[in-house]
Amino acid sequence: MLYALVIIPLIGALAAWLVPSNRVRPLLLPLFALLHVAMTIDAFMATPPPSAEGWIALDSLGKIILGVTSVLFLVCAVYAVGYLAYRQERPNRVLCSGLLVCLSAMTLATISHHLGLLWVAVETTTLSMAPLIYFNRNARSIEATWKYMLICSVGIALALLGLYFLAYSTIVARQEPTLLLEPLVASAHHLSPSWLNAAFVFLLVGFGTKMGLAPLHTWKPDAYGEAPGLVGALLAGGLVNCAFLAIARVYQICMASGNVQFFQNALVVMGLISMAFAAVFMLHQSDFKRLLAYSSVEHVGLLAIGLGLGGGALFGALFHLVNNGLTKGVLFLASGNIHRSYGSKSREVAKGALRRLPWSGGLFLAGFFAITGSPPFSPFLSEFSIINGAFGQGRHLVGGLILLFLAVIFIGMAATVLAVVLGKIPKELPKTTYRDQFLTVAPPLFLMGLVLILGVWMPAPLQQVLTDASLLLEVKR
Amino acid sequence: MYPFADQALVFVMLINFLALGSSRMNVSVRAVALQGVTLGILPGIMHTFSWHLLAITAGIILAKGVAIPWLLVGAMRKAEIRREVEPLIGYIPALVLGAIATALAFVFAAKLPLAPEHQGLLFIPASIATLLTGFLLLVTRRKAISQVIGYLVLENGIFIFGLLLTEAMPVMVEAGALLDLLVGIFVMGIVINHISREFSSIDTSRLTALKE
Repeated sequence: MLYALVIIPLIGALAAWLVPSNRVRPLLLPLFALLHVAMTIDAFMATPPPSAEGWIALDSLGKIILGVTSVLFLVCAVYAVGYLAYRQERPNRVLCSGLLVCLSAMTLATISHHLGLLWVAVETTTLSMAPLIYFNRNARSIEATWKYMLICSVGIALALLGLYFLAYSTIVARQEPTLLLEPLVASAHHLSPSWLNAAFVFLLVGFGTKMGLAPLHTWKPDAYGEAPGLVGALLAGGLVNCAFLAIARVYQICMASGNVQFFQNALVVMGLISMAFAAVFMLHQSDFKRLLAYSSVEHVGLLAIGLGLGGGALFGALFHLVNNGLTKGVLFLASGNIHRSYGSKSREVAKGALRRLPWSGGLFLAGFFAITGSPPFSPFLSEFSIINGAFGQGRHLVGGLILLFLAVIFIGMAATVLAVVLGKIPKELPKTTYRDQFLTVAPPLFLMGLVLILGVWMPAPLQQVLTDASLLLEVKR
Repeated sequence: MYPFADQALVFVMLINFLALGSSRMNVSVRAVALQGVTLGILPGIMHTFSWHLLAITAGIILAKGVAIPWLLVGAMRKAEIRREVEPLIGYIPALVLGAIATALAFVFAAKLPLAPEHQGLLFIPASIATLLTGFLLLVTRRKAISQVIGYLVLENGIFIFGLLLTEAMPVMVEAGALLDLLVGIFVMGIVINHISREFSSIDTSRLTALKE
């Protein structure tokens, strides 16, 4: 059953490659996305047994990320049908196949309990996204693709070295050499501490590059800025979560090792640096897609802080993972529409979106309020519980800094978003054919609805999964 | 078995200098290919024979010695480029830095808490030295192909460390990692091709449109 989750999207990718028609091909995306969602729900209802050697298993941590990825992909797939109808001049074979390969790799990442396999899956997501960033085929997108490729490849290579260090720590400690999660957690307190520390540092740097933690985030504004909106949504709501999952797996092992201070502090510091970088660079950011990239840097920072704080903040961090993924979907899809309509992503040109594109403009504004933590949207709850966790542990400096950065980011983001949404429409605009229509508005609207519902009502199964997953990440003594 | 491995690793470290000191990309590509093949042979002679080992050895040699150089030479021919024209730091300073990095790698490796059976072997220093060489190439070269070569040297350095733990890495993961590397280079080759068409050069210092 779990294998089918990985294989079916691959079959979809092959089918998309073989379909000759540019017009028909995008229809495969929602079809396979629906299949994937159906299988995911089925796997949630009755958790399939793990594979014989424990390589493949679906635990509550994996469930959260699998769920978000599956829903987000379905939404993006429906959007893609509308989007690609506008972009008939571009061949979309590579885009459609790449998206499905990426879905398969993201799924594999969520269910693999062998860290080597997890690494292969994360690396595959990196590779399959590269051609998608290059969809527009111009000088700017090639530059973004090259930076993305090189920086992420080097990052992922360092993560591999970190995995080798982890395996070596078992050899030095005279344990059975392995990279399976469960035996590593069980024997964590026997592992050689210095090699474990080195492994953690390299894995944090490696997967942190992929996740976009500052100062390793330099590829992010370029890639998010140049990629089509739906690819940006998947990068910010899907790939980021997979990289976070990889760090969380390593964190599980570290928490079981006994000496947790070093690991937790490293994560908190990285997270705070990311938020600081985001706050500074968002202040004068006139390109609204790059603005979203920095917002992503901010939120991965917040996730790292939540993970590093541990205790009560864990629940908040995991809930924030869901909220950030869904809200970024709204923002990127809506910003893609605005970009299409104005032919520009600068706040100097794209002004008054609320009048020109009432739906997309409104969604962009609502998404902005949601992501900056305004009630009644769900990111408010998760951000609140992370901050609450910080103050609850008596770490007033961390809590205070988070609040400060959130305030600065709100102001910086508001300047650009409000100009884009509410400003006066410039007189001379290039003519574009894009108008809001059902297929490009309904998907982000649906996500926005989810974000709103989660903000006022937490379904019991989600609560259960989040609680179980945060128990997995607790310190084990 | 280990004396031979040590000699091979010395050879690998010498190739690092060849990659650092040559301006002709043909030489660099072949040097990295030779390095990859040397490393590919190592697991085959370090362990007793098994089909798994044979498959991995063959896979590494084919990927690093044949497929990747072929992709890179192809990209070079299409981009019509033969030399790294002006690296950020000259060849002599780069060689000196490489020598310093290698020396530091030996000093550092001696201080690491290694398993007793790995004490005094060249694996760790060779791994660190190669890794640092890769970084040096990545940050000091401007041509996209030279950067890919740097990435490959870095990857080779990591691979040397991996030789110490063949038991922990199952064949599927190794094969997956190798496949990812291969596809990665393939994609990079295509990107290089497009860079050269778009900018009529593969000088990555021209990629400066995207910044704050």
